[in-house]
Amino acid sequence: MNIETTVDPVAECSVLIRFEAEPSPTLSWVIGEISQYLRNQLGAWVMNVTPSFNTILIDYLPHRISIFEFIPYLEKIVTQSLLHLPDQPEAELVELPVFYHPDVAPDLELYTSSGMSIDEIVTLHSQCEYTVGAIGFTAGFAFLTEVDQRLQKPRRSSPRVKVAKGSVAIANNQTAIYPSESPGGWNIIGNCPINLYNPNSSNILPFAIGTRIKFRPIQRDEFIELGGTISKEWQ
Amino acid sequence: MNLRSTITVIKPGQQSLLQDFGRFGLAHFGITQGGPVDDYAYSWANHLLGNTINSPTIEITLGQAEFQVNHHCEMAIAGGDLNAKLDGVPLSNWSTFSARQGQVLSFGLPKNGLRSYLAIKGGFEISPELGSCATVTRDGLGGLNQGSKLNVGDELSFSSHLVTKKPTQMTFRYKPDYDLTLELRVIEGYQVNHFSQEQLDNFYAKEFEVSQFIDRMGYRLCGNRIQPPQQEFLSEGIALGAIQIPPNGEPIILLNDRQTIGGYPKLGCVARIDLPRLAQAKPGQKVRFVRGDLLGLQDVWGQWARYFGY
Repeated sequence: MNIETTVDPVAECSVLIRFEAEPSPTLSWVIGEISQYLRNQLGAWVMNVTPSFNTILIDYLPHRISIFEFIPYLEKIVTQSLLHLPDQPEAELVELPVFYHPDVAPDLELYTSSGMSIDEIVTLHSQCEYTVGAIGFTAGFAFLTEVDQRLQKPRRSSPRVKVAKGSVAIANNQTAIYPSESPGGWNIIGNCPINLYNPNSSNILPFAIGTRIKFRPIQRDEFIELGGTISKEWQ
Repeated sequence: MNLRSTITVIKPGQQSLLQDFGRFGLAHFGITQGGPVDDYAYSWANHLLGNTINSPTIEITLGQAEFQVNHHCEMAIAGGDLNAKLDGVPLSNWSTFSARQGQVLSFGLPKNGLRSYLAIKGGFEISPELGSCATVTRDGLGGLNQGSKLNVGDELSFSSHLVTKKPTQMTFRYKPDYDLTLELRVIEGYQVNHFSQEQLDNFYAKEFEVSQFIDRMGYRLCGNRIQPPQQEFLSEGIALGAIQIPPNGEPIILLNDRQTIGGYPKLGCVARIDLPRLAQAKPGQKVRFVRGDLLGLQDVWGQWARYFGY
């Protein structure tokens, strides 16, 4: 696999690996694989490895390894990983159930008011496969691409103070699930009843950068059975 | 002998948080580091007691907190001067002190800086969550339970220990004056090339002010604006101390509870050894930026890191 990379210091204790390629499912998979490898390799030197769409930030301890050793070492690992990764990604696929209904999704009407039926929205959102491109904003909040053009809408001009846990939402070409209740400005079209962020279990999140995600539409009965709640407490 | 000794929170003040050195290795889940925003003062408080660097302490912001001492113990305070008193008798800052059963430790209004670190010999005994007791409310992690701040009536345990009467103090040479104008050294990042020369000159020439929008996530400055580049950047991992320039041009310097990734243009990062001064700064305080040298700053930080055992 041939991707140009650069490794630059951005602070005393941080270096940034940049991949000179457009974000894509393949690039996300590559970044996910390399990040995992780095986390496993660099125990005593590294505080954090933070992958994103086309970068990996590494926070390290420069008094334990000099920058003059560390950067060439990272360059070597990245080059070799790219050399050995197969050209076809072997990313894991995770399926998540979503209840698409006005009772849990205040912004469905943004779409229905312009003539789209809920069935169309559900089909457009659940038929394609997404890729986790970045995780952040809040713990476990995954940015998934690529949303069908017909569903793309900008963030709300004024964010909601409170978005219910599990809310499935869209902003521009990305979709996401709010893993916990938080403020947020994305357009809510459904709710996923599964607990995604489990800080007290060994499996903190069911996905990582590069994981493929597919949404499975469910009805109210299954939503409730899986632990979903209808709060209508959005503000 | 009762091995589980305690102090009780009589009142937590504006914000009292349990903090150890922080929660690391989890940024890829979007879990932030937390930990003391003034790690210099935190490190001294533990160091004066002979504690290891990761010993849980209390970060007391803006004072007006009170604690009941239920068992004899040796403690230390360091950081902002919040008029700490033991049974009404003023305590020396940057120093250990011994407290007897029944005494009340109180913090008043800040005289210098914003936050004080209260450490206890051996550290407070708190069950870690994901490897750390650092309180990050947004992540639901740390503190006594799932990211909770300290509340009235909370009991904090520590191991009983022999109490030395003679206090250990830090030498005055190392005591910062948190109320001085801040001169923050900047390590420029790769995005600096996207800012115009005029805006960069502006950034280093003009004075900023600490705004009222300051918390453990970050400090927003005001008093001057920097025009960000037109170009949009994809979100990427954010290093501690990153200087973000949002569309309104008022720089935000990101601290321990920052989001793990972000997409605003960044000029660079504030040097780690300057961040404690920023984290103790109050609204209205003046801020200037100067170019810093990566290797020199790394060297100074390394000496500090080795001294405290990071």
